[in-house]
Amino acid sequence: MSEQNKGVLVTGVIGSDTHIVGNRILSRALEDKGFKVIALGALTPSEEFVDAAIETDADAILVSSLYGQGELDCDGFRDLCVEAGIGDTLLYVGGYLVVGDRPWEETEARYKEMGFDRVFPPRTRPDDVTGVLEQDIARRRVARSAAG
Amino acid sequence: MPRTALIIDFGSTYTKLRAIDLDRAEVIGSGQGPSTVTTDINHGLDLALSDLKDRLGGLPTFEYRLASSSAAGGLGMVTIGLVPKLTAEAARHAALGAGAKILSNYSYELTDADVREIECLNADILLLSGGTDGGNKAVYLANAAALARSSVACPFVLAGNRSASDQVAEILKSGGKSTVTTENVMPEYLKLNIEPAREAIRKLFIEHIVHAKGIDRAADRFDEILMPTPAAVLMAATLLADGTEESKGLGPLIVLDVGGATTDVHSVCDGSPTDPSVTMLGLEEPYAKRSVEGDLGMRHAAKDIVNAVGASEFARLAEMDEGRVAALLSRCEADVDWLPETPEENSFDMALSQTAVRLSIQRHAGRQTLVQTVHGPTTVQRGKDLGRVATVIGTGGVLAHGGAPLSALSGAVRACAEAGALGPRSAKFYLDANYTLFACGLLGGREPDVALRLAKKSMDPLFEELGNGVFVG
Repeated sequence: MSEQNKGVLVTGVIGSDTHIVGNRILSRALEDKGFKVIALGALTPSEEFVDAAIETDADAILVSSLYGQGELDCDGFRDLCVEAGIGDTLLYVGGYLVVGDRPWEETEARYKEMGFDRVFPPRTRPDDVTGVLEQDIARRRVARSAAG
Repeated sequence: MPRTALIIDFGSTYTKLRAIDLDRAEVIGSGQGPSTVTTDINHGLDLALSDLKDRLGGLPTFEYRLASSSAAGGLGMVTIGLVPKLTAEAARHAALGAGAKILSNYSYELTDADVREIECLNADILLLSGGTDGGNKAVYLANAAALARSSVACPFVLAGNRSASDQVAEILKSGGKSTVTTENVMPEYLKLNIEPAREAIRKLFIEHIVHAKGIDRAADRFDEILMPTPAAVLMAATLLADGTEESKGLGPLIVLDVGGATTDVHSVCDGSPTDPSVTMLGLEEPYAKRSVEGDLGMRHAAKDIVNAVGASEFARLAEMDEGRVAALLSRCEADVDWLPETPEENSFDMALSQTAVRLSIQRHAGRQTLVQTVHGPTTVQRGKDLGRVATVIGTGGVLAHGGAPLSALSGAVRACAEAGALGPRSAKFYLDANYTLFACGLLGGREPDVALRLAKKSMDPLFEELGNGVFVG
């Protein structure tokens, strides 16, 4: 965790998903806002998000999924982090998270059950993310230093 | 009087000398003596020098006297990182690139049992890494603390998270350890940075290890021990591939050394996908990459080679029945200096060397896999694509003295595709028949153009012996 940035973020598109454009725009925008971004790009297995977060001591992992299989790909993501010793990492997920017209509340609840701290619907703008992210990271850092 | 150089290899079995005419870029004489590093290194060197003197009819005044060493077990290292496929892998690449033999590699927090094991390994140098710059400090610090309390006496190279390196050095110093801090082997996620660690290892080798192994007893007989011998071969491979400002190199290439205990592969090439639509995954790999396969050796590990392909498959390749394979295997094990004599024995040895070459290239090369996506199939790649390699060079005793170097080396282009490995597709084969490459690597630092000319001259093209080598160019 470096003092010069607002937080270290690992971003990427999970699973066999090749939709890279939105994730790239998000990563760029977050960098401009003063975050350090480790952008893993498309086709990223969940283990690679976790490995990257371990080595970089990331504050948060931001997972994108746009091809409707996110529910499968993200299942057990928090457990994987816990097993890897980084269970307190902030987990965000966003994109087209399900196929079909399930109500957003249900989708959000499903991903929160999987252990994601925040779940973002389609058409989220980078600005919608940066504010809460900063607050969440600040809160996490306080909690961490209190834990020693 | 021509300008001359003396190149010395203090090997594990022999002390080998090459006298080089620098003006003509030619080996003018060779000498050999036993390796006497366990008693007095000077003894073996004296014998090798008198052998050289006999052959030359006198010794000239050498302009350079450069040496490499793989004596007394070579440079044994323990490497430690955080995540196995990330900093632990980067640390391995740094040590291998420096010509080390990796005794063991560790990841995550060291357990008490790990530390006990490291104490028993008696490494010459320990490379400690972990975390990207500004990344994880906790594991790097914890491992330093565990090692500070241990009885490990060798020097440490610190090549982890730079935000924690000062503290790590403090911790180790308080435990009485000597440390050298260098740049992180993986400063950014997936970014490999092994040159500074390699250089730190080389310096330690020259300043400390050479003394610890008693090699500096002969210090007034040469100017400098420059590096461990395997590093010299990697240097030569790089010089030969890239060339110098004055003259062009051979381009992407592989140098293979099949030995009694291990098979070493050196690839010098850009390993990025030849097809731009392929997505790269995982840690970068070194442009000049060295790998060592400890289970693919012609004598000490002959059984492992046979087991790797299965006895029946091996018997078919060697053109004999499984009973004979088993009999010859026991012979290898009983006498590691055994040399084949009969046609059958030669066939057995050829099958061993070809299999060792084939498997070592399969492991050294990267892999491509097809991933099904909503948009149809996409290819992802991990590791180096050796498809650009058009030159394969064999070096070392087994290939030089074995009967069929081309058959052995042709293993480099066999069966890579079916194993999904990105090996060379076709190549021209050469043999460093007189073991000159290491000398070129050592000379390369002083006289790169002479070294390159010498390296090119010492490559014997292998065209005549075809066998079933349909790949020969």
